[in-house]
Amino acid sequence: MSFAPGTQVRVKDDWPEAHRPVHIRTPYYVRGQAGTVLRHLGDFPNPEDLAFARPAERRPLYHVLFSQDAVWHEDHPGDELLVEIFEHWLEPA
Amino acid sequence: MDKEALRSHHDLGGIPKYMCEPVDTEPHGLTDFDKEVDALRQILGAKQVMSVDELRRGIEAIPEAEYHRLSYYRRWIRSITDNLLTKGVITEAELRAALEGA
Amino acid sequence: MSTLLEADSEKLLAAVRGLLARKGIASHAEISERIAITDQANPGQGARMVAKAWIDPAYRTLMLSDGAKAAEAIGIPMRGMPPLGVLENTPELHNLVVCTLCSCYPRAVLGYPPFWYKSAAYRARAVRDPRGMLAEEWQTVIPAEIKLRVVDSTADYRWMVLPQRPAGTDGWGETQLAAIVREGDMIGVTIPRA
Repeated sequence: MSFAPGTQVRVKDDWPEAHRPVHIRTPYYVRGQAGTVLRHLGDFPNPEDLAFARPAERRPLYHVLFSQDAVWHEDHPGDELLVEIFEHWLEPA
Repeated sequence: MDKEALRSHHDLGGIPKYMCEPVDTEPHGLTDFDKEVDALRQILGAKQVMSVDELRRGIEAIPEAEYHRLSYYRRWIRSITDNLLTKGVITEAELRAALEGA
Repeated sequence: MSTLLEADSEKLLAAVRGLLARKGIASHAEISERIAITDQANPGQGARMVAKAWIDPAYRTLMLSDGAKAAEAIGIPMRGMPPLGVLENTPELHNLVVCTLCSCYPRAVLGYPPFWYKSAAYRARAVRDPRGMLAEEWQTVIPAEIKLRVVDSTADYRWMVLPQRPAGTDGWGETQLAAIVREGDMIGVTIPRA
């Protein structure tokens, strides 16, 4: 799977840190949120494995744009959040 | 679902506890200790002894109260030491002896 | 987790340094050399890139498409450094960089991250109340009609902001322009002024 710029995606609502020792680079506040792929930044070794010195597969990394309002509900119309997110955290919205 | 209850303690974006805390914008120069820890981390990375991802994992493993009590580079040296022990680069016995001699 | 980790940080460093030197992994000389190299990186480097981009449209295009190449083009060492992305401020958009998970920072072009960048308060507030934080802590007021985009540096890239060239700088040369670009301007907490 790969996401073209402009694709609507949703960040998986997964919480592995609540169950076991993990290292993840997807901030809690975007989990479950819908966003828009701005662009593919390249493919990078999965930090979730690198952090435990395990063999790490290269995974696509995207810049994903979210609306501030959708994330915080605090009335900042138009303002945005732009976050680097690995493909395995994303699903089509 | 209460996302804030599920997050890890280092995952700080938008946490209410800090939303009213002032940002200390004054310049604080690095100490010799800070620079030495920073340099050591770079060398261990370049020599593939430990990665920056392992450094971060080790920092995130520091209990919450300690995490916030320790300065930035004190977290680093703790994580570096934790990683070196876990990976068998140094042993507990060696570290204990070195600490007693220090 | 070993209770030895709770030892005093200075003692831990001394002990670890001694062991790693003895094992031939990191000598004291290597550490000193690494510190000297790291100390060379400073916000003046990023400022030179910004000033050049304000004057030279081809350089600006390069900088926006590949920050690392643009840094190398003016002699900033980028070997072994993470990719550098450059976020352009425009009359419609203001960018602000933060790392909520740790402290990812464009060190190759700006040097060590400042104290505030690593603080819990900045990491928490920048993503949720950026306008309030900027006004309160830096007296930087982003007009309501300008969109604010907070860039959370969570993975393999490092991000710097290319600010807008301030009014009143017509005819200025690169050196003069570089002198007005501060560290915070390239993270988005402040805006350069003539």
